[in-house]
Amino acid sequence: MTTSQASARAATPPGSARSAAGHDASGCDASGYDASGRGDQRLWRWIAFAPALAMMVALSVLPIANLVVTSFQNITWADGQATRSWVGLTHYRALFSDNLFAAGLSNTVIFALAAVAGQMVLAFAMALMVSKIGRGRVLYRAIFILPLLIPGIVIGAIWKLMLNFDFGLVNKALGLFGVMPHDWLGSPETALLSVIVVDIWHWTPFCFLLFLAGLESLPQDVFEAAKMDGAGPWQELAYVTLPLMVPTIIVTFAFRLIVAFKVFDEVYLLTGGGPGTSTEVLSFTLYQRFFTEDKAGYGSAMSVAIIFLVSILLVVAISARRGTGRQP
Amino acid sequence: MRRPLPSSLMLHLALALCALVVIAPIVWTVGAAFRTQISLLMGHMTFTPIWNNFNEVLWSKTSDFLLNYRNSIIVGVASTGLCVVVATLAAFSLNRLNWPGWVVHIFLAWTMIFHMIPPVALASAWFAMARTVGLENTFTGLILAHATLNLPIAIWLMAVFIREVPKELEEAAIMDGASTPRVLWHVVLPLITPGLAATSILTFISSWNEFAVALTMTMKQTATVPVAIAKFAQDYEIQYTQMAASAALAMLPALIVLLIAQRYIVSGLTQGAVK
Repeated sequence: MTTSQASARAATPPGSARSAAGHDASGCDASGYDASGRGDQRLWRWIAFAPALAMMVALSVLPIANLVVTSFQNITWADGQATRSWVGLTHYRALFSDNLFAAGLSNTVIFALAAVAGQMVLAFAMALMVSKIGRGRVLYRAIFILPLLIPGIVIGAIWKLMLNFDFGLVNKALGLFGVMPHDWLGSPETALLSVIVVDIWHWTPFCFLLFLAGLESLPQDVFEAAKMDGAGPWQELAYVTLPLMVPTIIVTFAFRLIVAFKVFDEVYLLTGGGPGTSTEVLSFTLYQRFFTEDKAGYGSAMSVAIIFLVSILLVVAISARRGTGRQP
Repeated sequence: MRRPLPSSLMLHLALALCALVVIAPIVWTVGAAFRTQISLLMGHMTFTPIWNNFNEVLWSKTSDFLLNYRNSIIVGVASTGLCVVVATLAAFSLNRLNWPGWVVHIFLAWTMIFHMIPPVALASAWFAMARTVGLENTFTGLILAHATLNLPIAIWLMAVFIREVPKELEEAAIMDGASTPRVLWHVVLPLITPGLAATSILTFISSWNEFAVALTMTMKQTATVPVAIAKFAQDYEIQYTQMAASAALAMLPALIVLLIAQRYIVSGLTQGAVK
């Protein structure tokens, strides 16, 4: 399993840190225990696997097949009856001339890259600091986790209040430094930036947790050796900690980037894609076309296109992980 | 280029600043829930706390929030139960019952792709399917949808915990003549209860927080908490303080879980996320 190698690297408890060095240590043990011809296993493995298989087929494979079929059709509703007609590639061609889709795509890319980059830098600094302090580790960790557990919609509500032009805490706080109040969500120049900042607030804790787990599982003897050789703290960071953390950093980056592409809740509540198309993101475009405008055929084509884009991202992520996995 | 290590005091100051940035918005919003709309709009720094917003949100005839809260609990508990049972069985089967490698790989690869798809893209197809079989606007439809959405992470998580169980224990039980279900029930399950707890908590929180699918698959009677909160923001004149009050109520489960089960959350998030 490609997946379990990551766990060994990112989340091994300190005691078993050694296995993190040998990447294949925990990799491939899907073979099961050596059942010397036990007859009931053949039956039970099906019984135990069947519910998950049934759910995934019924609720992921079928819906996606349905989306693909619908993406070649036009659906019109009359008296509760759907009439389907084949339209070939019309919807897919229309995607290329859809300004909203283009805006959604470019905003999503900007949003995901900027937000994830911000989160990675902040989270790394926070994790490094927490790993260096003696007492208070658990307290800081508890506080930093909090945003992760709050519903995205509630985070939207919190920041809609915080960023309010008239009474929001952000303008109040900036006012203390003599900054004029600004309509963060209402101006096209700052709306996307605001959504990015909110996402950073939301997800930095997640990167922080993974980085902290990674830092805590690094082999201590390397640091002692570096100290013996007279490395200062900044040299230690640049030449020991960072190189050792590269696998964790890449895994975290890939995972966050994928999730960032799904962003919907905060945008729905904070800006509704506006002003204009300044915060239009893919999920929201899809929602508007499919549900608000009730274009099932076109919406399905857009879904298929998004799934296709996301699959490309996955392939890139996996090959990136493979690439780093081979490094010593 | 050599500079001294920042002192412990500096570290604590910097971390305290981070903690402030995390906590201040939450505290300020909860504070707003105890104010009058006028006091909030005027931006007074001090105020006399009032319960009025919570009364309006919870008990007013025009508010469905209690119903939404109940709906969220029903959907969260049922989808978590379903998801965790199915995921545990699948993880046990895939890791311990000698499936050919390609079955395991294809299935896990599919769950990974599925996990990456924006829920909105699936919501449209689920909505159409639910309408076909008469499950639109029912709890069953949303419960199935949430259980499926969380299934990939639950399976990966349970697989990690099951792989940590020493195989020798299972082999010994088999040598003693235990059947496969008995091995799972009497040997594996007792050893993975912390993992079950972590997975259940994360699955519940994820269902509680889920918005896009709930928005498209529910109506007034089955709407969950996030759907209700989103409605506040769409009103022509936003009731800011009531929005803050319902936001505060929606954060309650997260706070409770954080207080009593931080350990499980941390293990769940760090193990499950990267898989």
